[in-house]
Amino acid sequence: MTIAETEREITEEFELFGSDWEGKYEHLIDLGKSLPLIDPNLKTDDKLIKGCQSKVWLHSALEGENVVYRADSDAIITKGIAGLMIRVLSEHTPNEIIDAKLEFIDQIGLKEHLSPTRANGLVSMIKQMKMDALAFKLNAS
Amino acid sequence: METLLNHITPAQLAGIRADFPILSRTVHQATDGSQGKPLIYLDNGATSQKPRAVIDALAHYYSFQNSNIHRGIHRLSQEITVVYEKARETIQKHLHALHAHEIIFTRGTTDAICLVASSFGKRFITSGDEILITEMEHHSNILPWQQFCEEQGAVLKVVPVTENGALDLIAFGILLGKKTKLFACTHVSNTLGTINPVKELIRLAHANGTAVLIDGAQAVPHMHVDVQDLDADFYCFSAHKTFGPTGVGILYGKEKWLNEMPPYQVGGGTIKTVTFAKTEYADLPLKFEAGTPHIAGGIGLAVALDYINTIGLDAIASHEHALLAYATPQLQAIPGLRIIGTAPGKASVLSFVIDGTHPMDIGTLLDQQGIAVRTGHHCTQPLMARFGIPGTVRASFAFYNTMEEVDKLEQAVRKAVKMLI
Repeated sequence: MTIAETEREITEEFELFGSDWEGKYEHLIDLGKSLPLIDPNLKTDDKLIKGCQSKVWLHSALEGENVVYRADSDAIITKGIAGLMIRVLSEHTPNEIIDAKLEFIDQIGLKEHLSPTRANGLVSMIKQMKMDALAFKLNAS
Repeated sequence: METLLNHITPAQLAGIRADFPILSRTVHQATDGSQGKPLIYLDNGATSQKPRAVIDALAHYYSFQNSNIHRGIHRLSQEITVVYEKARETIQKHLHALHAHEIIFTRGTTDAICLVASSFGKRFITSGDEILITEMEHHSNILPWQQFCEEQGAVLKVVPVTENGALDLIAFGILLGKKTKLFACTHVSNTLGTINPVKELIRLAHANGTAVLIDGAQAVPHMHVDVQDLDADFYCFSAHKTFGPTGVGILYGKEKWLNEMPPYQVGGGTIKTVTFAKTEYADLPLKFEAGTPHIAGGIGLAVALDYINTIGLDAIASHEHALLAYATPQLQAIPGLRIIGTAPGKASVLSFVIDGTHPMDIGTLLDQQGIAVRTGHHCTQPLMARFGIPGTVRASFAFYNTMEEVDKLEQAVRKAVKMLI
């Protein structure tokens, strides 16, 4: 599945909730709870994304041609959002990740989380994911 | 003069709420046209809302009064200079300062503290001297002193906080030493709501020959402050937390100190004469007011103080106390909820954590229900470290909040916990 296809899939998933904020957030919380636990050894300070009110650890690895992300957070909604980002971006090539438009965030009504003042780290999370992809690309070339 | 009640009646509260246009708005309107949720504003510790009178004063200034103060020979400039200086007198009376020129307009509390740290510090504190602060200070009352100490070789000492969020007075007595030149302390903790016994602290500090700065940002909106009765050397607060405009604040300083202190920022308005060889600075208060000030902001602050005085600070304090007394047991009854800051006689601030949840998750889900609270460390990271928590959820009340809003807060917190756990 391409990044755009996953984005579309998530958008359709969230459309079911309409303006029901409870359903939407319960879904995010469930996503957060179901995100696979990451190795505690990966939750080191150097994997911590700065600028978040909650702690977000992001671990990126190049497996074959694809970047694989793992993430965790001490806040469950943030973790749910991290889960969505992983679903969209993980296991794609650095180029695909760098070019990803990520319009689904706006479409599923999480745009407010993109505000830099929101301090939940979605902006920093996206930036870090793309930076890591860029680093893998530069190392490979 | 009309006698003020010592409480706010339900009818009066409805009238007060009608004075604040923002309180009738909704939040989170959905794109499908469904109705938003009524705003329940419980983030007054961060900033307070503004009554119509203040908003009108700002619009009136820019519509009909705008010109520069203290400069012009023309009519508008003279008129607005009178209005601006009258605002200074209103603030002087509100704080019961001895002189109007002891009231310095600043950009806010942070700016006021930076002014004292820089100006008083340079003149009166030298290498090896000590500055005493407390563990419950806002970063704004830590960083200026920390930076000063690093630059000047002075030593920063910190009075610890006890388990219930009170100041450790025994430690204060021990830490207040021969070298302590200044004690900087918050009047009311923005995170815990603790009201410090500042009058007693000032008396003890003065007996030790130590000057005292009080950060009144969280006190002036909620209680009577009499700087002469307190005998504070410096007292500062922000207009925007006191129902006035953002970008303006007040430093009160005793004349004897302000006269001895060098200007902080220099520039237009601070001088008597300038030659390239030497500048003679203006008298108080202009010596400390470089550049064109936030004229509308200063005037708006005076209008805000007039507004709260028409309600009466006794009635305000009584209403906020009732809100806190009503909210505290309701929230405490929620399983796993722990209130941080339980000092007796505290101000209307409720900081809490809930087992198994992150403050930010609670805050996000309260926001979805139309309730504005603050989450995080509240610019008091050392205090969070002392309690071993990453942050809290903080509901802070003002006189326009209602018991129904407290009920809705409690229900919304329960709903958030149910969703999260």
